[in-house]
Amino acid sequence: MIPFKFEYYKPDTLKEAFDLYDYIKGQGKTPLYYGGGSEIITMSRANNLHMDAVIDLKGIPECCRIEMLDNKLIIGSAVTLSQISESGLFPLLGQTAARIADHTVQCRLTIGGNICGTIIYKETLLPLMICESRAVIYGKNGKREVQINQIFDKKLRLMPGEILSEIITDSNYLSFPYVHVKKTKSDKIAYPLLTVAAIKKDNNIKIAFSGLENHPFRSREIESFINGENMSDDDKINRIIGFQQSKVLDDAEGSSCYRTFVLKNTLENTLKMLEKVK
Amino acid sequence: MIKISDTSIIELDVNGEKRKVVAEPSDTLLYTLRTELNLTGAKPGCENGDCGACTVIVDGWSVKSCIVLTVEMIGHKITTIEGLKNAPIQKAFVEKWGFQCGFCTSGFIMVCHALAEQHPEADEYVTEEWLQSNLCRCTSYQEIKEAVTSILHP
Repeated sequence: MIPFKFEYYKPDTLKEAFDLYDYIKGQGKTPLYYGGGSEIITMSRANNLHMDAVIDLKGIPECCRIEMLDNKLIIGSAVTLSQISESGLFPLLGQTAARIADHTVQCRLTIGGNICGTIIYKETLLPLMICESRAVIYGKNGKREVQINQIFDKKLRLMPGEILSEIITDSNYLSFPYVHVKKTKSDKIAYPLLTVAAIKKDNNIKIAFSGLENHPFRSREIESFINGENMSDDDKINRIIGFQQSKVLDDAEGSSCYRTFVLKNTLENTLKMLEKVK
Repeated sequence: MIKISDTSIIELDVNGEKRKVVAEPSDTLLYTLRTELNLTGAKPGCENGDCGACTVIVDGWSVKSCIVLTVEMIGHKITTIEGLKNAPIQKAFVEKWGFQCGFCTSGFIMVCHALAEQHPEADEYVTEEWLQSNLCRCTSYQEIKEAVTSILHP
């Protein structure tokens, strides 16, 4: 049971949702946008989160769409991880989504919730970062489209009340060779020690990580080491480890030493797999 | 726009019937099923989205009813274990001894039923992916897997 009262709204349009957020906030109350709700419900139940109202985005058509249009894949923020993996439209994202929590929970978790929630791993961002996806944000002046890599800096940089409504990915990115690896401490269903997503485009590897720091990231420096010429894989990996080592997360899920060890062997395998494909 | 700010009477579609229930926004679907509708097949286990004992099917998708708000369910089709009438998986659980204490059974059956409906030709990998959503403290996993496999690949 959630031990406090709150109001529930399910608007039909982005404007209605944004105005509602503004109105509730103006009354000195705390509204929260609501997607699948699993994080909000579990945290509220444990009294780690409090809100006066939830604004359910699942009644807004833009937030619920998943379709190809004009060579672009458009995924609404309220689309569930199961819908993404079952659709088969974006194999790398589908594979990543299918390794977050368990299958039944994936039927509720939304991509918007995974990106905007408080859990640090946000693994669905990795494919979006390396595939140069764009976020559609609804705010005071209507919709704007912005590169995920620009608006995500440790967290999604939204203004109060702004809504992540859709994510757009150019279709040519959907068919590049890719690698997705998730390594956990022991159980298959657990937070990652390390999750890596990588694609090979025009003979260049693009790679992003979760579990190495307290936020997911794509690093131009790491990509420049990986794609550097006249270096062995061992040299590339040693340079990456040297560059990254001081920033590696050290917590109950895994020590920084262990995560670094996992990074090293995961990179070895990832490079080997992607070097094989043209 | 739907707006529910306090205790209200709402209509749910449960097991093919329209049912009126009293709910407030903070009520979970699990709570409403058990206390308002006396549908006690969905069990309260962890109530944190981990164990799967409360699993029901909503619009064909298996969901954990402890992490769903009742008010979200307006306009959706909910199926609980009570709504399964001699589904093949129920017989298979009996034949393969897919339970011991039985607390997790309804949740497992709902997951297996949703799997059989969505992926009637699911292979072993997919079957295991789905079954990993639920926990059985009596460790009947092997028998449960045999039960679902027996209806997928008779």
